[in-house]
Amino acid sequence: MIEASGLKIGGRLRDCSVRVPDGRVVALVGPNGAGKTTFLHVVVGLLTPERGAVRTAGEVAFVAQDKPLYDGFRVAEMLTLGRRLNTRWDDSYARERLAGLGIPLDRKVGRLSGGQQAQVALTIALARRPDLLVLDEPLANLDPLARHEVMRSLMGAVAETGMSVVISSHVVSDLVDTCDWLIVLNEGRVQVSGDIDELLSEHRMMTGPLGLSPNAHVVGGSRTDKEQTVLVRGAPVADPRWRVRAVSLDDLVMAYLRSPEAAALPRLEGVRT
Amino acid sequence: MIDFYLDRGSGVSTYLQLVHQVKQALRLGTLRPGDQLPTAKEVVERLAINPNTVLKAYRELEREGLVIGRPGMGTFVERSIGGAGLADHARLRRSLMSWIGQAREAGLDQDDLHALFGAAVTDSFREESA
Repeated sequence: MIEASGLKIGGRLRDCSVRVPDGRVVALVGPNGAGKTTFLHVVVGLLTPERGAVRTAGEVAFVAQDKPLYDGFRVAEMLTLGRRLNTRWDDSYARERLAGLGIPLDRKVGRLSGGQQAQVALTIALARRPDLLVLDEPLANLDPLARHEVMRSLMGAVAETGMSVVISSHVVSDLVDTCDWLIVLNEGRVQVSGDIDELLSEHRMMTGPLGLSPNAHVVGGSRTDKEQTVLVRGAPVADPRWRVRAVSLDDLVMAYLRSPEAAALPRLEGVRT
Repeated sequence: MIDFYLDRGSGVSTYLQLVHQVKQALRLGTLRPGDQLPTAKEVVERLAINPNTVLKAYRELEREGLVIGRPGMGTFVERSIGGAGLADHARLRRSLMSWIGQAREAGLDQDDLHALFGAAVTDSFREESA
């Protein structure tokens, strides 16, 4: 569980509150500079907020964006370092995982591919047997095949342990199918937080003539000289002049990011302050 | 064992794709009563999807009485679906193949075939319910 209430750090985080249940795989998305890394640093305890507080349950492991690996170390030496630095450490798990991925323990980290380096960093985090795993842009700089490999093995670890995961990314398509909870962070504020299936089912994209009111809660939209397309939340009133379609995760995130004043925080009532 | 795949551009939610693929395998006899479905871990390590999606699909199949989850053992096929036995399927498939052969000789391509077959199925059931 992650429970953050009223987090503030300068202009980078302004009143961030979220509550995520246990066992979720959370997509933390937002444009560059939205405060994603700052938010993650507060969640894992690397930064203390000026105001507000964050609570997490159990052991937390964090993989920073610039993977915390030493190029001159062999993979086995990285494991030794992990064992020495952490009180909770499952060495046989780490070795079995790397063997399963075909990553040689005697290879120097600097000689591994980007995908293999990401897997070593992930393995070191997983060997701590965390209840919450926090990954800052784990897929950045990886080719599509390596991204798929990393996500496959990460989802396998989630199926095995039931741990919670937070993955930040500015590429929404990387997180479709793997995440089940969405947090949209924009200009230091939490704009959206909720179960992805619920969010997708309660939003619709509607296209119709200019000047016609959608008779529903409008999040945002765009227009041409003849027509308007709006993202609405809640069931729209049936009107044949509107063409209504389901939304994708991409549609949803884009529409909210384009309307920074809009918010979808279905679970906010549950936050205790 | 059933080999799940994902059609990411289909617009059908991932869990429903898994449900449909199990049902399709039950109809075609690829999966039979007593067969085990892959574990959530096996599916997610192949498709890179959220484990809860697999569990949601299996829960739906269980709700429909098609499979049963046995704690600590796995998920197993409880019953088959389809209106006919497998021998009938084989016979009907043979006559369908010969019909497809004729249609292709007449110059129909794959899309034409799907459209014609789909329209004929719809008409047949519509006449029945009328």
